[in-house]
Amino acid sequence: MSILAAGYQGRLDRRRYFERTLGTLAALGILYWLGINFAKSPSQFFQASLIGLSNGVLYALIALGYTLVYGIIELINFAHGDLFMLGAVFSANFMSIWFGKNHSGVVGWGFFFACLLAVMTFCGGLNVVIERFAYRRLRRAPKLAPLITAVGVSFILQFIGLRWNGSGQKTWNSMLPKGAIEISNVKIPYTTILSFVITVPLLLLMSWIVTRTRQGKAMRATAQDQDAARLMGINVNRTISFTFALGGALAGAAGLLFQQTRGLTSYNLGYQLGLIAFTSAVMGGIGNLQGAVLGALLIGLIQGLNDGLPIGLGQQWSQTVVFSILILLMAFKPTGLLGKTVTEKV
Amino acid sequence: MSALLEVQGLQVAYGSILAVKDVSLTVNEGEIVTLIGSNGAGKSTTLRTISGLLKPKAGTITFNGERIDGKEGHEIVAKGLCQSPEGRRIFPRMSVRENLDLGAFLRTDKAAIEVDRERVLELFPRLRERIEQKGGTMSGGEQQMLAVARAMMGAPKLLLLDEPSMGLAPVLVDMIFETIVKIREQGITILLIEQNAAAALDVADRAYVLESGTIKMSGKASDLAKDEAVTKAYLGG
Repeated sequence: MSILAAGYQGRLDRRRYFERTLGTLAALGILYWLGINFAKSPSQFFQASLIGLSNGVLYALIALGYTLVYGIIELINFAHGDLFMLGAVFSANFMSIWFGKNHSGVVGWGFFFACLLAVMTFCGGLNVVIERFAYRRLRRAPKLAPLITAVGVSFILQFIGLRWNGSGQKTWNSMLPKGAIEISNVKIPYTTILSFVITVPLLLLMSWIVTRTRQGKAMRATAQDQDAARLMGINVNRTISFTFALGGALAGAAGLLFQQTRGLTSYNLGYQLGLIAFTSAVMGGIGNLQGAVLGALLIGLIQGLNDGLPIGLGQQWSQTVVFSILILLMAFKPTGLLGKTVTEKV
Repeated sequence: MSALLEVQGLQVAYGSILAVKDVSLTVNEGEIVTLIGSNGAGKSTTLRTISGLLKPKAGTITFNGERIDGKEGHEIVAKGLCQSPEGRRIFPRMSVRENLDLGAFLRTDKAAIEVDRERVLELFPRLRERIEQKGGTMSGGEQQMLAVARAMMGAPKLLLLDEPSMGLAPVLVDMIFETIVKIREQGITILLIEQNAAAALDVADRAYVLESGTIKMSGKASDLAKDEAVTKAYLGG
């Protein structure tokens, strides 16, 4: 008996040792790779990081919508990426077709911020309507039912996008000023600066709402225990609607930012970026808000470095690298970077 | 004495299974009333329905002269009916302080909330020591105290307590029942559900016996404690 146990223990130890060695080697490899690239061309290194991070903040806006909804009703809202796509198409129409604001200037900026408000309202509202009619009745149904409904909603939104935007990719003139600031060989485009200027306050506002306001308190309580929240006098339905509104609004803001900084829209944008954003949320620990932002920044950074560094695998391997890292991370830490293992239920 | 809560001919079903078949009970202002019965008799279902977490199939629930059956849970809390639910159901990732604040979620009278917090912390000094600790990391007994304290933070007219002694060490069980009496002294009416029938009958004024979804007996708690059938079935005599 004791010999058996010892043997088992030995196997465990050997495995753990093997895993740790492997992990350390991988980390050293990555450090080495970063190191030689940095030595070769520091400016290119910073350039690639910057591009990566500016993509990362965009992913963060979308990832938060996944993680907010998962946190409160444990639903992977597959339609969320497509909501972002509709936000982008809405913004393109708002800026270029309805108001024709393709040039910078005071009026252009005015319309940009008007569009930001409009698209956040549009996507937030749409998300609330989707929850009300598609998901609410399924709240006590087996988990698979709302999941498949979400896939269905995703297709519906995609086909709305297809009708609205056409089957091909459309390019748009951006209102944003072109050009860049150059600091010691690192080019910082105005659009990149703008991405940060818009996103960071939105993320801070969102964190303030969740941690400091009454509505945020209701959200956190509902996420932890719906029935207990009801017994506190919290209107659970309204709280869930509010969560969808918040997630939708962030996706809308991401839509405008994407459309204006990249100058393109396509009906299947939601699939590509949605998947990356969802991955960010999982990598950070789904249901955890800081985790979603961290995961998004990391994925943006990984992609940026992989695509932009002189010695690297290059763009074709971008997704492969990201998902390999995800798979590795999941194998070692299934709850994600900041995810908690659920041990607190007594 | 006027009836604060009146339940008439209540029926509650889970799908096609009738969990509560016929429950009628009255709780008068200032009373401690207990509903005793074995596991699965429908006690918790009754309480969950009163609080609006379940919808009744038939029957009426009147609270403070107003029909509340079929109303949403948060509307019922707003009328002054709070519950400390079965299994405690505290918010595990929030501190004791945040849990207590959530108990007062619907109240806007900041000064009075402050007074009430002091009051419940006096009642449960243990919670004061743990005020910044996360609810999920506390022991079962502490969580139970928190659940009761949290329900009291809603400034209820009627407090529903679902198995407050479940899973607790004997010392804590005594302490919980002493506290129940103290809560009543503060002017809060109590409807108590217990498997620990002896202790419940000891603190209650009146009692109802629930058996497979139907009220089988009712009367003064002290009378029921002496009743032969009750003694046999629930008091281990």
